[in-house]
Amino acid sequence: MSAPLAQLRIREDPTESCEADNGFCPDWIADNFDRYVDPFFEHVYLTVVAVAIGFAISFALALIAYRRRWLVSPITQVTGILYTIPSIAAFFLLLPLTGRGKTTALIALVAYVLLIIFRNVLAGLDNVPDETKDAGRGMGLTDRQLLWRVEVPLALPEIMAGLRIAVTTTVGLATLAFFAGAGGLGGQIFSDITFKSNVVVAGGLAVLLAAALDGLILLVQRGITPWTRAVAAR
Amino acid sequence: MSTTMAVLGEFGDAVDFIFDERESPAGGARVGGLGEMWELMWEHLKLSGAAMGIASAISVPIGLWLGHTGRGGFLAINASNVGRAVPTLALIAFFVAFLGVGFWNLTLALVLLAIPPILTNTYTGVRQVDRDTVDSARGMGMTGVQIVRRVELPLALPLIFGGIRISAVNVVATATIAPLAGIVTLGDPIINVNTYGDEGRLAAAIVVALLAVVTEVSLAALQRGVTPRGLKLDRREATT
Repeated sequence: MSAPLAQLRIREDPTESCEADNGFCPDWIADNFDRYVDPFFEHVYLTVVAVAIGFAISFALALIAYRRRWLVSPITQVTGILYTIPSIAAFFLLLPLTGRGKTTALIALVAYVLLIIFRNVLAGLDNVPDETKDAGRGMGLTDRQLLWRVEVPLALPEIMAGLRIAVTTTVGLATLAFFAGAGGLGGQIFSDITFKSNVVVAGGLAVLLAAALDGLILLVQRGITPWTRAVAAR
Repeated sequence: MSTTMAVLGEFGDAVDFIFDERESPAGGARVGGLGEMWELMWEHLKLSGAAMGIASAISVPIGLWLGHTGRGGFLAINASNVGRAVPTLALIAFFVAFLGVGFWNLTLALVLLAIPPILTNTYTGVRQVDRDTVDSARGMGMTGVQIVRRVELPLALPLIFGGIRISAVNVVATATIAPLAGIVTLGDPIINVNTYGDEGRLAAAIVVALLAVVTEVSLAALQRGVTPRGLKLDRREATT
């Protein structure tokens, strides 16, 4: 039962010595880079869409729970259970309900990031100093104006930190999305898991994607919170 | 209505698979049943336990030492960020391709996965101990080792267990793809679906999900248990 999987080898013709020896083959990589392009963009799609939906849901939940504190504990518990269920199990638990494909993968990935973003948004809002809020109220801001002009902007560093954790985690979990029939770089890793060149390229692309998206969010954060740099520079 | 029944039917078959063995769809072997599920779970727990034991034995002392001396904070804090960026499937594939399959190779991969959260949490746990507390311990004539063992370690325990909890859930989840490295865990029915059939795969998914939730809940209870009484009064809930 533990026999190696009957995998589709992607080294169709391992006559070249490097591939036959399972070395690290730059030539093979250059010739076969095409096969990684589509899975890479599937991976980008899964990550970006899952984090975007997850952000929309958990940001809304955090805003609601910020005003109605009694909701914090039930929301944390429910999203905590979703966070604990391994994605690979979640994919197959969803399969009878939503079938194979991107929808199933996205539901599982969204479920996983909810807790991360919810916790960070709420922590960010909670850390806004009372004096600042009082000053806002003193200027005649309504609750809604206070939220969008004072509290949310001041919470941005924590919110963006949550997004960064969510994105890097999702890139990792999306490597398992091929189990749900949603493609991604994981399918490439799985297709020939003992071939070094393949593992390095597919795994490396996933790590690079995580680093790139993480860096991108950091840049956006710098751009939209100029005051944090002003304080640091002083 | 009929789709609801079909879905319920699939879950019913999966539960049935856990309790009763049947012939493999591939023919020949008998699969499923409590006996086999126990066997798979035992292997799953053995692998996760070995990885967690080794990872804790390595990262708690290092985290305590770094936290106590205040050195290497950058390393301890960023270990988690780097660890998160490496997909677990890529990590395991890397080990399979370069070191080959086998229990200890896979354990090593899981150890690498488990170290960062424990290291980061242990370091943070020691650093957040009130400096006045440490100073008064020193004033009482405690040596460095005594301060670590009798002051910093107890006060850092909730965070250390928080790190162990994060890692343990992650390791239990990742042990599901262990069959890719030749170790037959609860992930075997998920990955070798031809042998176990769809109901076997769903059954394994149910058991893996339950195992992860049980791990999380029991370690959370343990974390509350090791929290010194003084800290419980201080903080209503330990940071995870």
